[in-house]
Amino acid sequence: MSQTGNLRIVVASLIMVFLAMVPLYAWLANDIYVLTYFGRILAFALAALGLNLVLGFGGMASLGHAMYIGFGAYTVGILSTLGYVNGWLHLVVTMLVTLAISWPVGWIALRTRGMAFIMITLAFAQLFFYMFVSLRQFGGDEGLSLTQLSDFGILTGNKYAIYISLLAVLLAALWAVNRLVYSRFGLVLKATRYNEQRVNAVGTASQPYRLVAYMISAQICALAGYFMANINGFVSPSLMSWTVSAELIVMVLLGGMGTVFGPIAGAAGLLLIEDGLKMVTIHWPLILGPLILLVVLGMRQGIWGILLSAQDKARQSGGHH
Amino acid sequence: MTLNLVLGQALNGLQFGLLLFLMAAGLTLVFGIMSFVNLAHGSLYMFGAYFAATIATHSGSFLLAVALSAALMFLLGLLLDAGGLRVLHQRSHLDQVLATFGVVIFANELVRVVWGNAPIYMDAPEALGGAVNLLGLNYPSYRFAIIVVGVLVALGLYLLIERTRMGMLIRAGATNRRMVSALGVNIAWLNRLVFALGAALAGLAGAMVGPIMSIEPGMGEPVLILTLVVIVIGGIGSIRGAFFGALVVGLVDTLGRIFIPIWLRESFDPAVATAVGPALASMLVYLLMAVLLAFKPDGLFPVKARG
Repeated sequence: MSQTGNLRIVVASLIMVFLAMVPLYAWLANDIYVLTYFGRILAFALAALGLNLVLGFGGMASLGHAMYIGFGAYTVGILSTLGYVNGWLHLVVTMLVTLAISWPVGWIALRTRGMAFIMITLAFAQLFFYMFVSLRQFGGDEGLSLTQLSDFGILTGNKYAIYISLLAVLLAALWAVNRLVYSRFGLVLKATRYNEQRVNAVGTASQPYRLVAYMISAQICALAGYFMANINGFVSPSLMSWTVSAELIVMVLLGGMGTVFGPIAGAAGLLLIEDGLKMVTIHWPLILGPLILLVVLGMRQGIWGILLSAQDKARQSGGHH
Repeated sequence: MTLNLVLGQALNGLQFGLLLFLMAAGLTLVFGIMSFVNLAHGSLYMFGAYFAATIATHSGSFLLAVALSAALMFLLGLLLDAGGLRVLHQRSHLDQVLATFGVVIFANELVRVVWGNAPIYMDAPEALGGAVNLLGLNYPSYRFAIIVVGVLVALGLYLLIERTRMGMLIRAGATNRRMVSALGVNIAWLNRLVFALGAALAGLAGAMVGPIMSIEPGMGEPVLILTLVVIVIGGIGSIRGAFFGALVVGLVDTLGRIFIPIWLRESFDPAVATAVGPALASMLVYLLMAVLLAFKPDGLFPVKARG
């Protein structure tokens, strides 16, 4: 491991230690709001981590992953409204619904390539976006305030419990994605990104690998939505608007595509920049828009890539290990 | 459900479809020849509407407003292409999507700063304020005028692309850009003209919807997304595909919104119909696209481009 490899581990550890200290600070300073604030960042980091699996490692540019956030959030919202409050039930239903939808959606979308894939994932996300906008009995476009959060006995609605469990899930997802991308499955997935024809030519059907990666990343995003509903106590179709899908991609790009930890740095980076700009001017999108343009044009490696050594960069862009 | 209702809604669908075609034609041409996907196409439409409304308020002439707005958008298209969007041509489609997403965010806020957050309105010209009688059906003159303009533009584009030298170059450029360039055609200028033409058509569409929709920040995105559906259904890069795709999407969307709730109310419990009707109607276009792409991943009129 090179010097900069160590640097990345140090920076990643510092970020994770900081995030772990947030509940302690909240408790000492009696400031519950920081839990909500950083909880939102953690949830987006989780979603970006999931998206990166298909976008960064699989080379599938999905512009519709916000819809899976929506499924997680609306499962909590709709089940609570109907009186089914058990938190484990919410979790199981979230995963089943996401499985039932990501399978056919992924199957159809992955028949297309490049530009058409971007567009068809966007169209599917719009389909479900309008579905939730139309469901007036569950708030329609104004959204739905949760009468009750996911029920976990004494811990229900406890901000500390939600934050710490979300942090634990994020760490578990980091570990799992790391294992996955260095497994045989991950190698095939990365290979399809470089040359799909060759993967097929050596006798490995690429499509099942791409579909499974798509479905796993959908599950991670749905999990993020499940937590977002519980953090905000509110769900609305704006969670699954196409701009959220685009922002998720910007997070992945800002952090560094195809790096395991990058999306977390990117999610935190983008949300902190947005909030910083909001403090400066009410017309903050005037600055954010060009900033996104600059990141896309100028920062191909992302925050995380900047911490890579030249040697690692060469190795990464070559695609060999 | 009378025949007049069906006919009137079919005409509304046709009118909406032709508006979508004005948007889709520019987007699909730009994509075909430059391999450039421009999410800010919806912002061009929005600017077209704002320019037209402002000019109409100051000059009092609707015709001048529409013509000048389209001309201004043509110039803006030239400027944008010369001024930096060209940088994006060499980048991946994902980069183009995100970079132009940044432009969309900027454009929406710019409109808020200049024209304010509240919607503004624009009146249809008095001459088109009434209704025309089409075989016993009274149809608003203004919407009929949009249909006429849409058909004329479609015809003009067909002639431009199939019958002129420039059209031939555009078709050749879409098939093999490098070859056309090697034959001594200034492909950069061809690109620029096509981009500006697309911008002018988007501006025209925006200017014409002024009197029938509210003009507000972010108005471009819903139309943009339907336009993307149109060009994917039609086959990306195909102008014929854009035309038929736009008509299909316009008709399905408009008729679905009217008739699905009516049909559901006849067949199901009213409570179910009220709950499911609007949801199903707004999902219909996307369902259509999903089913179509499941069988024809390249759209109705696939384009095979090289180089």
